[in-house]
Amino acid sequence: MEPPSDAPEHCPGTQSESAGKVSACQGCPNQSICSSGATRAPDPGVHLVRNRLSSVKHKILVLSGKGGVGKSTFTSLLARALAAQDTERNVGVLDIDVCGPSQPRVMGVVGEQVHMSGSGWSPVYVDENIAVMSIGFLLKGPEEAVIWRGPKKNQMIRQFLSDVDWGELEYLIIDTPPGTSDEHLAAATYLQGVNLDGAIVVTTPQEVALLDVRKEIDFCRKMKIPILGVVENMTAFVCPKCHTPSNIFPPNTGGAAKMAEEKSIRLLGRLPLDPRVARSCDEGLNPLTEFPDSPVVGAMEAVVRDLIASLPSSDAGAGDGDSMDTS
Amino acid sequence: MSMLSGVKHIILVLSGKGGVGKSTVSTQLALAMKEAGFKVGLLDVDLCGPSVPYLLQLEGKDVHQCPEGWVPVYADPDQRLAVMSIGFLLKDRDDSVVWRGPKKNAIIKQFLSDVYWQDIDFLIIDTPPGTSDEHITVMENLKDLPCDGALLVTTSQAVSVEDCMKELSFCKKANIPVLGVLENLSGFVCPVCSECTNIFSSGGGKSLADLTNVPFLGRLPIDPSLGECGEKGKSCISVNPNSPAAKVFQDLVQTISEKSKVSSVPAQ
Repeated sequence: MEPPSDAPEHCPGTQSESAGKVSACQGCPNQSICSSGATRAPDPGVHLVRNRLSSVKHKILVLSGKGGVGKSTFTSLLARALAAQDTERNVGVLDIDVCGPSQPRVMGVVGEQVHMSGSGWSPVYVDENIAVMSIGFLLKGPEEAVIWRGPKKNQMIRQFLSDVDWGELEYLIIDTPPGTSDEHLAAATYLQGVNLDGAIVVTTPQEVALLDVRKEIDFCRKMKIPILGVVENMTAFVCPKCHTPSNIFPPNTGGAAKMAEEKSIRLLGRLPLDPRVARSCDEGLNPLTEFPDSPVVGAMEAVVRDLIASLPSSDAGAGDGDSMDTS
Repeated sequence: MSMLSGVKHIILVLSGKGGVGKSTVSTQLALAMKEAGFKVGLLDVDLCGPSVPYLLQLEGKDVHQCPEGWVPVYADPDQRLAVMSIGFLLKDRDDSVVWRGPKKNAIIKQFLSDVYWQDIDFLIIDTPPGTSDEHITVMENLKDLPCDGALLVTTSQAVSVEDCMKELSFCKKANIPVLGVLENLSGFVCPVCSECTNIFSSGGGKSLADLTNVPFLGRLPIDPSLGECGEKGKSCISVNPNSPAAKVFQDLVQTISEKSKVSSVPAQ
């Protein structure tokens, strides 16, 4: 894969046959490790992650090339909707946005602490059947910045994937930062051995977001991550006074529907922009129960139904009880 | 860093959160500064999601090599707005840049050392969200340069304000002065009934500025026409001089030019 952070400019790559043996390797602190061949052995973390996540039935990544399109909001809505359908179903949310963790806020568990036990880190419970893990729980306050370069972020993500004691989970939903870099590569690398169900790609309708989202789709294809579908967020805003819909983020190039068609992926649904939902996420409340009349709730139900139906049902028992629509 | 020796002032546009309008603010500020008579450079260091080429309708333009280094792409015939972005180096606009930190750092260093900006008054650096490799590298490479400070962009939502607090902590640790906080996407005026709805709430940027003792630079409403100005290569000041956004950018140009005490040289 990629060289260490202090590698020389012409590093052949740690996985290369010539790692540690070419002239560029002279003086690199990693040279002896590379030439020993240890770097070409599989990362021991992959094995640890596989063991830990063997008790998790479905693993879903929530991705988007673009920031601020609603990855974290969608992740929380998906977790809450899945958990509400069946109280026996355990859902986990893992936030691997190291520099800007939003899950503690949108799930309403700001300031909670993570405890260590013999079996690993205990996640924070939002509800009896929703557990959350985020770096936000490890910081002193919201103002504390995590100023880390890639390798340290990768290490943290590996720990999140291998050391959190989730117990038996039916769904683990992984919220990611924007981009196609260290965090994404770390997640893709460590999840390759755990039959990841796939990724849901979130976008908003305007071209400047779609531009980055197409890059994320390219990333998924390069990394062989199956794409479960696209969700378009903030589709239209309905004026609360005169009920006129406005395109705040105009779909000037056809929006997510056109992109999904071009890239031959499914459009799982479109979520309208409802300020009440935005506000309740900011306050850490559950919009699904706070505003059951919101158009977002109905749209979300359709997305969840579609998603469950499309998940690979190779594992026995997966998908049973999916008709229990409680809301 | 001899290539930056002709650059008089450097401004960073930062935000902890993505999608709050860093690139829109960067391009509008660059256009507004250019129209005010300055020579401006705009450097996009968001490698995984470069937005500047699209926002300025410069997609497909190429970066050329000259004896001095890389020639940036000029957004105007007078060559008063020079732009550099990884977007110009990609074969296809859908290509992803799947790079870990070290490779990202190397290209950012090249952007800072190999681009032939020539004599420009302001270099505006648009950044990706977060406080990681890109930010550390920019900060390390700007150590001995005339960095005027950082402009923080946020929406009013608690999730965004929280990430901006992290970014402010970063600036403090990195000794980067903060020019102020700009609140974006602050309210939407219905085109039919003129009712203003604070979709992403309102006032968060102001309270962040008050809480952290940094100047508050203004509030930009949700205005889909702002993007259209950039596409035409114009600032909102010249397209809609009476819009609230134009007022914010006018004030911003004035604040920045006063702070940096450069008088604009009229375009020849």
